[in-house]
Amino acid sequence: MTTQVRTEPITVNLGPQHPSTHGVFRMRVTFDGEEIIDVEPIFGYLHRGSEKLAEERTYVQVVTLTDRMDYVGSMLNNQAYMLAVEKLAGVEPAPRGVWLRMIASELQRIASHLVAVGFLIQDLGAWGTPLIYTMREREKILDLFEMLCGARITNSYLRPGGVFMDAPEEFWPAMNEVLDELPPRIDDLDDLLTDNDIIFSRTKGVSVLTPEQMLDASITGPMLRAAGVDWDLRHRDPYDYYDQVTFERPLHTAGDNFARYWVRVQEMRESIKIIRQCEKLIEPGSVRPEHDDVPWLLRPPVGDAYAAIEHSKGELGFYLVSDGSISPYRCHVRAPSLINLTLLRDMLVGELLADMFVSFGSVDINMGEVDR
Amino acid sequence: MNSPFLDNSLFRNIYCYLASGSDDCAARGYDVAILPSGFEWLAFALTAFIIINIVTNAGLGAVIVYIWGERRILGRIQNRTGPNRWGPFGTLTSVADAIKTLFKEDIVPDEADRWLFNLAPILMVFPVLMVLSVIPFGVGTFVVDLNVGILFVIAITSMSGISVVLASWASGNRIAIFAGMRSVAMLISYEIPMALSLIGVLMLAGSMSLGAIVDAQDIPFILVQPLGLFVFLLAAQAETSRTPFDLIEAESELAAGYLNDYSSMKFGIFFLAEFLATIVASMLIVTLFLGGWRGWEPIPSQIWFAGKTVLVLLFIMWMRFSWPRLRVDQILALAWKGLFELTLINIFVTAILIAIWPDPGITELLIMSAINWVVFFISIWAVSKLLRPGDYTAPAPQEDRPSYPVATDELPDEVAYTGGATR
Amino acid sequence: MSKAWDGAKLADAIRESLPDAIVDAGGTDVWIKPDSVPDVMRLLRDDAEFRFELLSSVTAVDYISYFEVVYHLTSLTRNATAVVKSKVGFGREEACIPSVVDIWRGADLQEREVWDLMGIIFDGHPNHKRIMLWEGFPGHPLRKDFATYEQSIVPESERRVPSALAGEIGDGQG
Repeated sequence: MTTQVRTEPITVNLGPQHPSTHGVFRMRVTFDGEEIIDVEPIFGYLHRGSEKLAEERTYVQVVTLTDRMDYVGSMLNNQAYMLAVEKLAGVEPAPRGVWLRMIASELQRIASHLVAVGFLIQDLGAWGTPLIYTMREREKILDLFEMLCGARITNSYLRPGGVFMDAPEEFWPAMNEVLDELPPRIDDLDDLLTDNDIIFSRTKGVSVLTPEQMLDASITGPMLRAAGVDWDLRHRDPYDYYDQVTFERPLHTAGDNFARYWVRVQEMRESIKIIRQCEKLIEPGSVRPEHDDVPWLLRPPVGDAYAAIEHSKGELGFYLVSDGSISPYRCHVRAPSLINLTLLRDMLVGELLADMFVSFGSVDINMGEVDR
Repeated sequence: MNSPFLDNSLFRNIYCYLASGSDDCAARGYDVAILPSGFEWLAFALTAFIIINIVTNAGLGAVIVYIWGERRILGRIQNRTGPNRWGPFGTLTSVADAIKTLFKEDIVPDEADRWLFNLAPILMVFPVLMVLSVIPFGVGTFVVDLNVGILFVIAITSMSGISVVLASWASGNRIAIFAGMRSVAMLISYEIPMALSLIGVLMLAGSMSLGAIVDAQDIPFILVQPLGLFVFLLAAQAETSRTPFDLIEAESELAAGYLNDYSSMKFGIFFLAEFLATIVASMLIVTLFLGGWRGWEPIPSQIWFAGKTVLVLLFIMWMRFSWPRLRVDQILALAWKGLFELTLINIFVTAILIAIWPDPGITELLIMSAINWVVFFISIWAVSKLLRPGDYTAPAPQEDRPSYPVATDELPDEVAYTGGATR
Repeated sequence: MSKAWDGAKLADAIRESLPDAIVDAGGTDVWIKPDSVPDVMRLLRDDAEFRFELLSSVTAVDYISYFEVVYHLTSLTRNATAVVKSKVGFGREEACIPSVVDIWRGADLQEREVWDLMGIIFDGHPNHKRIMLWEGFPGHPLRKDFATYEQSIVPESERRVPSALAGEIGDGQG
């Protein structure tokens, strides 16, 4: 005689107040034992209506709203928004301003990847040590931002046609110092983490996504490159002066959590290369066009424009519609954090509870951008 | 009263001042009598009460110091200061934390099973305190020297698993249930390698009494039993649920696991039990593998014991703060596919060596240790080879071109827009 | 450098297969009929001439007299982009357009967002629910006639108590 033990799936709410949801994300997860059999993401706990607010502000004031979308990638958000505004208004940017914003956004990309890697390791259960190491490096970059624009997180540094202020004299030696220190620190990170058997065995082969799946779901950025699709807007569709710098696109073929982590670590090295080249190519001059050409109260002609950049999380696009007034008629954000979560269910079903937040962290989302 | 405890200096010094009338005390030169003769039973009870208080409170005090030390060292490891506000070097921070915990509101959830909910913290801390009673802290400084000491330790520590299950079940919280399921799987799995890893030590010492094991260590058993120590260290980490085996609390997965619904001093007791368990595990490692209180004069044996314990604790902290957590299946695989085999190898090799040298002196022990270290490295290498995940080398950038076609078929100019910027 | 399809030429290319789909073309944009959205999109994704594997963005604009749903498409193989637009909801009656989720799954969350904030119904969407705001929120905030803060306040009598809300969302356990 055999005894049947009755088992049943268990549904658990994880979040919005959970330590590893990277903000206020909520998932309703059904488990069979430790295995995930269903996931329902629930968004909106940080919705602030940025797109509606943008319709009430002037074009320059909207910059402050973009800072607060992805608050670990403010410079990149500024850049994407400025590209859209410049395209909409037909502004010819000042070369020094463009170089400065390229430097700023590449620094921000390093900072953003440092956060992504650090929190991924935190989700793996490390006791904060790698996270604090990555945060230490990020701190130096934030200090550089403070020199550039006086703010560390919500920078609002960029303006239509360039930046609002030239970098001070002491910025360049400080930046060189940071850039000299970074590669050995990233090597340290590699030694501590990439070659770590626990991290490797925890992340290898977990939540594999194929290129076809990801393109179907509009997933872009490091996630896509981790599956071997060589799609980087900086290279395929160079905006600003990215066609004048050379850099490589790190590609991994596995498409699992480890590949996503690995691609981010390598991209930091490439960003350092780009900044070094920018520093050589930058020339003295004005950092933004004359006020007569680009007034603070910009009135772009009636029309619409979509501009996208390679954000540290994927393709960040701004779709602006102008009705000829001083504020955008419609401002839509193509948020990579939100769209990269499209396949969350496919990634998680069949994995274990322990890998759930690791996979979630490897997407590298930011709730400020998901909910906007 | 002819007490069997009179060899115990801790006991003797208290008991004989209370009741010096007994012949045994007089024979040892005690002449102060507080209690009249005929009250030896009272002296005995009082002495027992005092000793229990001393050991328990010393254990709890050690936890306070340990928490402070761990936070300071964590701070140093992570490039920050650690607690430094209350008292010199922040030494009073833990005390302040303890007081704060006491004054927190004690919440019992509506869905909780009140009895079990309240029972669980007690069940958690009780076995750990019991283990303290058999550990020899120094020459003649112990509560009791049981002749089945190790068996007692293993038996009583397995109760902590029950308390975790009770706590998680009684909370009526689904996240806590996960912790309960995991604790059943993990704590019970690791009992087996933990117990088996000590067989080698028992064979060498020829006794289960912890005092006798310390006496037998003419050279520390870390030299003769490297495999035993390795397995015991990892199993003890798992039993005390420290990173990388902290599945039960798993902050990034289960928030706080079975502790989710506990607050105030019930939480404090769990916390205390957990840290005390780490200290006790280190003390056991010192007693079984590092020669216990043995050291060189004139430093007192108690200091030697404390110093060695701190060393082991430092090592455990180092592991804890460096590594991420293993997954549940990997942890169980490590227990059953890795550590279990290692203990069997260890028992087998040690048994053969004991058969060759039934009563080893120092020379024989050194020969044994040489053989055992060779076995240690070979077997660890073999097992890690077995358990390691298959490798893939990360492709070098630009060399391993991906298969997915990108920009292979450019858009011809005759259909492209020429009116201005494209994106 | 990505190239953008010229609107008129893209419209011509689509007309070869689907003669009735196109409404207008100009600049980089093509306007298509709402009913023909699935056909056109399937053509744009699968046909070797277009190969738009990636749906960059789905959004909508409220032009008072009508709504415009905007699709930004990207082709990786041809390194090209295109903008497809469709006007729906003339006279502000029920705005409805076929969903493209079965063509690109990437439209899933974006279409839900457009429904939530702009109030355009995507016919055939498998999970047609609000995403940022809660079910029962009055109105759609990105519409131009969603004017004031007061409009978003739910009257006391219609408010649901938290426990009832929890009972609806799930079992409140966790």
